[in-house]
Amino acid sequence: MDAAQPRPMATSAVASMLKDALGSALVALGLAVPILALRTEQNMANELILQPRWGYVGIAVLAAFVGRLLYLTAARAPRLPRPRAGLSTAAAGNAGRIFAVAGLALLLLYPPLALTLAGSAGSIKWIDNFGIQILIYVMLGWGLNIVVGLAGLLDLGYVAFYAVGAYSTALLVHNFGFGFWLCLPIAGIMAAFWGIMLGFPVLRLRGDYLAIVTLAFGEIIRLVLINWVPVTGGYAGISGIPRPTFFGIPFNASDEGFAAVFGLEFTPLYRTIFLFYVILALALLTNWVTLRLRRLPVGRAWEALREDEIACRSLGINTTNTKLTAFAIGAGFGGFAGSFFAARQGFISPESFTFLESALVVAIVVLGGMGSQIGVAIAAIGMIGGTEILRELDWLKRIFGADFEPTHYRMLLFGLAMVLLMIWRPRGLIASRRPSIFLRERRAVRAELVREGHG
Amino acid sequence: MLPPETFSLAGNWGPAAAMEYLLQQLINGITLGSIYGLIAIGYTMVFGIIGMVNFAHGDVFMLSTFIALIFLMALTQILGIGSLAVALFVVLILGMLLTSLWAWAIERLAYRPLRGSFRLAPLISAIGMSIFLSNLVQVTQGPRNKPVPSILSDVIIIREGANYAVTLSYKQILIAVVTAALLAIFWYVVQKTTLGRAQRACEQDSRMAALLGINVDRTISLTFVMGAALAAVAGMLFMIYYGVVHFNDGFVPGVKAFTAAVLGGIGSLPGAVLGGLLIGLIETLWSAYFSIDYKDVATFSILVVTLIFLPSGLLGRPEVEKV
Repeated sequence: MDAAQPRPMATSAVASMLKDALGSALVALGLAVPILALRTEQNMANELILQPRWGYVGIAVLAAFVGRLLYLTAARAPRLPRPRAGLSTAAAGNAGRIFAVAGLALLLLYPPLALTLAGSAGSIKWIDNFGIQILIYVMLGWGLNIVVGLAGLLDLGYVAFYAVGAYSTALLVHNFGFGFWLCLPIAGIMAAFWGIMLGFPVLRLRGDYLAIVTLAFGEIIRLVLINWVPVTGGYAGISGIPRPTFFGIPFNASDEGFAAVFGLEFTPLYRTIFLFYVILALALLTNWVTLRLRRLPVGRAWEALREDEIACRSLGINTTNTKLTAFAIGAGFGGFAGSFFAARQGFISPESFTFLESALVVAIVVLGGMGSQIGVAIAAIGMIGGTEILRELDWLKRIFGADFEPTHYRMLLFGLAMVLLMIWRPRGLIASRRPSIFLRERRAVRAELVREGHG
Repeated sequence: MLPPETFSLAGNWGPAAAMEYLLQQLINGITLGSIYGLIAIGYTMVFGIIGMVNFAHGDVFMLSTFIALIFLMALTQILGIGSLAVALFVVLILGMLLTSLWAWAIERLAYRPLRGSFRLAPLISAIGMSIFLSNLVQVTQGPRNKPVPSILSDVIIIREGANYAVTLSYKQILIAVVTAALLAIFWYVVQKTTLGRAQRACEQDSRMAALLGINVDRTISLTFVMGAALAAVAGMLFMIYYGVVHFNDGFVPGVKAFTAAVLGGIGSLPGAVLGGLLIGLIETLWSAYFSIDYKDVATFSILVVTLIFLPSGLLGRPEVEKV
């Protein structure tokens, strides 16, 4: 790498940096020319024509040149000795606890806070788009964390269980007239059942192969949802799913509605706030169950399995059953989240359950730091909140012209963020894969040593 | 590509017509299979050398369809090159070069910093890259389908039945010839050149290869470049064959090509081509005789079944799990 080279004289250093940056600019030119320079457009006669846009190529090349130059300058600057990232275990535990309590207090107070700050009309957006949306992903992240973070099984088809939960709710409501609160547990059980069904054949695969098979299962379920029109409605989806009720009291403008019973003026705000607390409770339930399970034998077995499957097997752990429980419990929470999603939207279609959603949840878990509950929550807030904020950036239109639509760049930036975060912190934001149980007596045996044959 | 809608198995077709229908499906299946095979080589080589599923490979393929389309239009419309053969040849070369440059840059920026990191890191980075690439094309080229100007649309009737003619289009001939020629070149490079020997050495044991003076990083880069060059060939052929490109066309062909690589035995180059042909045939025959709506389900099911029951594929070496 450039940074590791011995530093020559200043002038030749500048010259080599300029040369390097020029090389980057040339590469950027090669990358940008076909895709950026000419845009394919259909004209009135429906024929494809090319529109030259060389200005963008110039910007890209300039950006690569300046960016590379800045990077090289930064890499050459003398490095300050960085403080060790990891705090001591006890301090980290304390900090984590304080953070968790503060975060929980903030979450509980979030709707009234939004209400006072943004007013009753403006706060719906904040509670719904930011609060509920982010909490759904926090819950999905925590659910998947059981599978990926604790048991170490990469599941790229988690959205399938989310879909099973959502569609079971929708179908139970339409065919049997069940209410949301009855559907919720059934949806979770259904999803867990599917987790066992799908998990059973695939769990002897490892690593990347397991990831691809789960991806294939996720896609198969989505394709079946699209094509099995008599049951699922195909692309049209299922609409008219009733919203959750407050102990049997619906949130509507009728005389039996929530507002009328409690003598309040009707606004849709109450329902939004109620949904916020429902998903908050579900997410916290997921978290609580995970933390408890980690201390049970099965949780220990998951973590052992993540670290070394062969060692587990030789110690007599039934790896298939252990993996299946992780898969089923993770799937069950995905089902709960799906059920909530269906009830919140009132409408579901296969478009909500694409591979992209799976990738999003996996990204949240891995970027948050596999196995770390708080890391997952932070990653969900950052990734989902960050992309939601792009919807709010209308003022950018004043700079880039009226055609500029910040939301178009949502997934572009999301993909870029995934790559950059992975390079910056490959083990995630909070890399705490410390086992929850360990021998008190310390020995000078670490994984590196064992691998080299010292241990 | 697909048979006329009027055809149905329930119709009054004699055995001769059914025979011709099958022949037609075989021709179509092999054409499609060549494209999958070309993409599958990129997956299988990268997996062989660094053990990583290059998730962005499907999107590199999609990018190459756009590069081919844009250069084809630039050559014929702006520069006014009359000869289609010359234009296609230039498009092929430029497409291979620029797609390779993309793959090189991606490997350099998104994968190399993560080498030696924990197992899932490159996979997550590749998924991020895949999302980035498809959205980059969506933002820069627009979200709509791009109809390609019709070229090489003539067909040769090779067998005329009572009421069904088996046809072979010039496009299909072009695909078969280009695929065969490039596979031959590629085979020569891997088997006979120093670069190919270095690649095979890194695949067997990259640490030992490094000790023997092989530049492993460079060899890995070149593996990505070669895979992308073949994907670019597939991209140009795909663009000509289907006559439409779309920013979202990377994912499903990518997964199918990966299925082909797995079915043939991941890490095995002849296996990738064989797997591609099989997947192309299975998909075409499934659409022709069963249900076109479920053709992707069929492919994905093959992927699942292969991985569960035959994880080393048809021509792959069985992988021994070591402590």
